[in-house]
Amino acid sequence: MKEKLTALQNEALEQVEQAQSLADVEKVRVAYLGKKGPITEVLRGMGKLAPEERPVIGELANKVRAAIADAIETEKRILEEAALNEQLKTETIDVTLPGRPVQVGGPHLLTQLIEEIEDLFIGMGFEVREGPEVETDYYNFEALNIPKDHPARDMQDSFYITEELLLRTHTSPVQARTMGEYQGSKPVKMICPGKVYRRDSDDATHSHQFTQVEGLYVDKNVRMSDLKGVLNQFAKQFFGPEREIRLRPSFFPFTEPSVEMDISCKVCKGKGCSVCKQTGWIEILGGGMVHPKVLEMAGYDPEVYSGFAFGMGPDRIAILKYGVDDIRHFYTNDRRFLEQYHEA
Amino acid sequence: MQVSLNWLKKYVDLDGYTPDELASLITKAGIEVDGVAYFAEKSTGVVVGSIESCEQHPNADKLKLCQVDVGDETLQIVCGAPNVAAGQKVAVAKPGAVLPGNFKIKKTKLRGEESQGMICSLDELGVKEAYLPKDAADGIHVFSDQVEVGADVTDYLNLDDAILEFDLTPNRADALSMIGVAYEVAAILGRDVRLPEESVETIAEKATDHVTIKVEAREDNPYYGAFVIKDIKVGPAPQWMQNHLMAAGIRPINNVVDITNFVLLEYGQPLHAFDFDKFGSDQVVVRRATDQEKIVTLDDVERTLTTDHLVITNGTVPTAIAGVMGGADSEVSDETTTVLLETAYFDPKRVRIGSKDHQLRSESSSRFEKGVDPNRVRKAGQRAARLLAEYANGTVLSGISEFDELDRSEKQITVTVERINNRLGTEIEASEIAVIFEKLRFQFVQDGDTFHITVPTRRQDISIFEDILEEVARIYGYDHLPYTLPEGSQQAGQLTKNQQLKRYVKQYMEGAGLMEAITYSLTTDDRAKLLISPEVEAVSKSAVRLSRPMTEEHSTLRQSLLPEMLHTLSYNVARKEQNLGYYEIGNIFIGKEEVVKTQPKEKLRLSGAITGKWLTHEWQQEAKSVDFYLAKGILDELFTRLKVTPTYKQIEMKQMHPGRTAQIFIDDVAIGFIGQVHPLVEKDFDLKETYVFDLDLDHLFAIHDDEPSFTKIPRYPSIKRDVALIVDESVTAADLEATIIEAGGEWLQNVHVFDVYQGEHLEESKKSLALSLLYFNPERTLKDEEVEASYEVILEKVKAEHDAVLRA
Repeated sequence: MKEKLTALQNEALEQVEQAQSLADVEKVRVAYLGKKGPITEVLRGMGKLAPEERPVIGELANKVRAAIADAIETEKRILEEAALNEQLKTETIDVTLPGRPVQVGGPHLLTQLIEEIEDLFIGMGFEVREGPEVETDYYNFEALNIPKDHPARDMQDSFYITEELLLRTHTSPVQARTMGEYQGSKPVKMICPGKVYRRDSDDATHSHQFTQVEGLYVDKNVRMSDLKGVLNQFAKQFFGPEREIRLRPSFFPFTEPSVEMDISCKVCKGKGCSVCKQTGWIEILGGGMVHPKVLEMAGYDPEVYSGFAFGMGPDRIAILKYGVDDIRHFYTNDRRFLEQYHEA
Repeated sequence: MQVSLNWLKKYVDLDGYTPDELASLITKAGIEVDGVAYFAEKSTGVVVGSIESCEQHPNADKLKLCQVDVGDETLQIVCGAPNVAAGQKVAVAKPGAVLPGNFKIKKTKLRGEESQGMICSLDELGVKEAYLPKDAADGIHVFSDQVEVGADVTDYLNLDDAILEFDLTPNRADALSMIGVAYEVAAILGRDVRLPEESVETIAEKATDHVTIKVEAREDNPYYGAFVIKDIKVGPAPQWMQNHLMAAGIRPINNVVDITNFVLLEYGQPLHAFDFDKFGSDQVVVRRATDQEKIVTLDDVERTLTTDHLVITNGTVPTAIAGVMGGADSEVSDETTTVLLETAYFDPKRVRIGSKDHQLRSESSSRFEKGVDPNRVRKAGQRAARLLAEYANGTVLSGISEFDELDRSEKQITVTVERINNRLGTEIEASEIAVIFEKLRFQFVQDGDTFHITVPTRRQDISIFEDILEEVARIYGYDHLPYTLPEGSQQAGQLTKNQQLKRYVKQYMEGAGLMEAITYSLTTDDRAKLLISPEVEAVSKSAVRLSRPMTEEHSTLRQSLLPEMLHTLSYNVARKEQNLGYYEIGNIFIGKEEVVKTQPKEKLRLSGAITGKWLTHEWQQEAKSVDFYLAKGILDELFTRLKVTPTYKQIEMKQMHPGRTAQIFIDDVAIGFIGQVHPLVEKDFDLKETYVFDLDLDHLFAIHDDEPSFTKIPRYPSIKRDVALIVDESVTAADLEATIIEAGGEWLQNVHVFDVYQGEHLEESKKSLALSLLYFNPERTLKDEEVEASYEVILEKVKAEHDAVLRA
């Protein structure tokens, strides 16, 4: 019996080894380990054996059975793996073909700049305010100390709707509105981005509609050196730490003293080139100390409060920063233009 | 203002500074210098020559043979200029001279005759076209003055002059005169100012015996002065004066006119010279014109006046529009012998009206409009009288015939060192501030740290403390101010809730595949009435139109962002970009009255438009055309994220596809619409199928719930049940969903259409909707029987309400 079992084992293992496919392996399994297989038969015939032989033969039979089952499992795994490898080979793709396009939009260049400016000033404690685009003559001019005979108040130079209403020519009325709202009760620290309108014919450098960002800080003991410090901080962050700023005296009816701010030319680094018209400097914004009449009209006592205001044009900044050659690009929304600025 | 440095040198020493350095210093101190121009290009070796003889060239009709004395020798020069003649003093480029363009002059032979140099025109001497007198092209330059033969012409002809181009801000009218500029430059350089000579020799005969002044419009004309100068000989002005005028961009005419122009530029005080013999009377009457009164001005144009205009008259007819332009009848001509010289102060506003109505903006009117220095009016007249005596053979009658109610008082301002330093953030010493006032030539009395300043009337722009502050700061140097950060109340900055939401919506829209557009707020009248959302239409009384539009294209404020957005699509389609998706966030303007009186309502809208294919055709996917449900899907997800539940109701709107447009409501409030643009409108814009949406962002932001909250992640499984129902095609998905939600009971969480079928195997006019029902109980696991019971009720209810049957 022992010999028979050993022979069975050798025979089965040999067949497993010769199996070429999972089906062959299955045949071996059915033939040797199936219910009608020789090992089952041996185990069934145990009763006919001598009692002392039974445990010996039983043990041996189980060992043989386990050895065959083991061999079958191993062979199966090898064959399965080979089959999988075979299959994966057929699944090979061309990894150089293009990926499936994803449709994603993006923000307008002016919005990006305005939000960047907003974020810089928010970081310095400013709030962001908005105001109406159709303004009253009072807020657009009167409250800003712009005299009646100022050219901008001429019907020819601004977009009037009635004698009292016009499209705002700057975002400065929001200064007056914000101070007027607080009525001298607390400091004001705000910027106001928005659309403004002037009676210009549209061409490469003029647009009847453009954007502005106005800033205002009113508090007790605000100094002109604070204006210089804040604008310097803004310029270094916005344009880069290597850029220098320069303030020049200027004139605006709603500030006194007034300033214009230049930043050093990026192209020639201050040496003078065609971009900066040989001056080494590029004009970037206007501002100054809030005129006492403006404070007074808005309910702030100019003996107690002082402040500074400034205004800049994102359109102009975009033109300077990116070298955009025509201001109309901002408003025709040519996809080929907009998409250039969707990249990081 | 063009400032000739050779001229300016007469009043202030400029030694040691190049034109570029001066430009930079002046700019930094507050007057922007736009550029430095040069009067002429460089030349060398050109001297004054005297033409001894001038004969016809033997071999050429158009050439002359000249013998020219150049001091140390006499040169034979062949010259082709039509105006060359014997006895002239001219500019001669001797052999060895270099003219602009590196043109070297050599001895040569012209048609067989030796030519030892060249007689030059101003143009050949390199004078820039901008400064050339009109007749300069006609020939060589001929000196009219006494000039030294053999001397270099550079000084005589101002060839080395540099000109600074000032870009003046409106407050700095003081720099509209050379004297004013001299004060400014002297303050910057810390140097002295040399004022021009005004004293004049007069004869006993009095001006007042010849002319009387009567001013009727006293407010318009608080000062009118008249000098009388006789024995005038009209001729060319001296070369140096012509040079200065040319450098300032003014064409020399004759000595009388040139002198008035010269003093205008020197003092900033406009003057007018009448030919007294043609003036028509011995009285000057200044009054308002009568309606329809006429005057022919110097430019030979007849002008019709109104009572808004101030005129100078001879008591009968106008002889000048005050401060704007003189009349042709009394114009100075070559025959003039007696001049009535007017110097006056006219009210800025009156002059502005005059120059504007007649569209005559001149060097005179622009100065009167800004207000001339009251203390310089009389002096300027005197200076001109002196020059007329000196350069036009004039004999000046004594005295001035005048009317004088002019306020010449100077403003007093008191400032303290402390206040100046507090405002500037500086620590400037009192002594340093005193030096600044001295440099500015402001008179002051110092009392310790307090300064009582008397502001000179030439600085009309200075009237309050802050003006003095600016003067101190700019002479101290803005560059020297320290950099500080505000020390006041420190608060954190933050976007408001609405500003944050706006950014959120923008980012969402971009993530959803749309790119941001910014279009014009001003559109055409027609477009301002297109594609207006129903809830806007319901409240709008009018489209807001400009009173004087520049173009019809931008005449009226938009009531919807969509028309300009369709224009944007159209613009891109015309450039072969077929597949487009844009959004914009911006204000619309809703008129509150039929005839606009008050500020229109400004509402923030979110609009979008899509056209063409959405996905591009690639090897792995088919391109798909945009459709209603793509647009709706973008909005649905936005609403989900804004935590609101919209309802879409079919609606018919002008300019929209009648079967493919829905009005959108949130809690029964209309907030916008979505749909396909009407094919006829699409055609107007040259667009193919285009879908748009327009939402009231103000409302969406107002109802936004920003309470922080947390919903537990469910511990129990939900049960999903699908059902396919056959209904009449008129039954909408929303109807069916509403019925199911109502009938479904407590645990039915969500109903969702996942398939729609119409066609084979279904009766015509029927459709099949496949819905997925989601049941969920947060407390426990639901039992199949509970779901089954709900399902049965639903089936009954949809059968009863919509005649819906279960699809087999």
